[in-house]
Amino acid sequence: MFEIIIALLVANGAFFTLVGSIGLVKLPDFFTRLHGPTKATTLGVGSILVASSSFFFVAKDEISLHEVLITLFLFITAPISAHLMAKAAIHLKQNESTTQAKSYEK
Amino acid sequence: MKKFKTILPHPLLSIALVFVWLLLNNTTSTGHMILGMILAILIPWFTSAFWPEEVCMKHPLLFLKFVGIVLYDILIANITVSKLILGPNKNLKPAFFDLPLDIKHPLGISLLASTISLTPGTVSCDLSEDKTNLVIHGLSIEDIDQAINEIKTRYEKPLMEVFKPC
Repeated sequence: MFEIIIALLVANGAFFTLVGSIGLVKLPDFFTRLHGPTKATTLGVGSILVASSSFFFVAKDEISLHEVLITLFLFITAPISAHLMAKAAIHLKQNESTTQAKSYEK
Repeated sequence: MKKFKTILPHPLLSIALVFVWLLLNNTTSTGHMILGMILAILIPWFTSAFWPEEVCMKHPLLFLKFVGIVLYDILIANITVSKLILGPNKNLKPAFFDLPLDIKHPLGISLLASTISLTPGTVSCDLSEDKTNLVIHGLSIEDIDQAINEIKTRYEKPLMEVFKPC
């Protein structure tokens, strides 16, 4: 029973990570592409970590809390890298849909 | 009181450091607790130059509620954005918009910006020099005023309550 739940969680995480990567390839310009990775790191990695934690709890009978830390570090670092890339892109004006960002050029 | 401040310049940071140390080692043994406490005193000392302002958190329960709301929003927004990504590109309505900030606390602003980036569909791109405006890029924004309103009531309001200037 627990194996099924854990397998579903892992599959779910893999799916959302895949969607994030597809977004990175498929979306039209730099700023929309930024939205891909933010997805992969939140729900995708999140559900894989929940699966890992519950696997150790159920199968190995030990409490594994490293996953909490991984989540914490990811949630702290992911927005910062996204923010820096977006900021750099605005300042370098390296956006393909130039009309959109024109009002924010400095 | 002054002596207390020199030993522990940032009590919240120290508490967080002990927890992180115990989580890293995955134990609650006495040795690691003592080592964690030593680190929790030493690290804020060495890094206090980077933290000029004091951080005081009011209403910790409200903060927990805020974290819960954000996690729930991440879950919901992930599903909507996955649909947007897998759908045709022409359905997207990417847009930049300005969010006027009412929150003044620096940590509050950075938490708000991080929250906006973490919830799929919006990425915070730039903060104006005077810290009153946040430039946000949305993947598919139907109504800019509604999006601003949602961010203000859902995220900014609780953060303003929690991080008031001491």
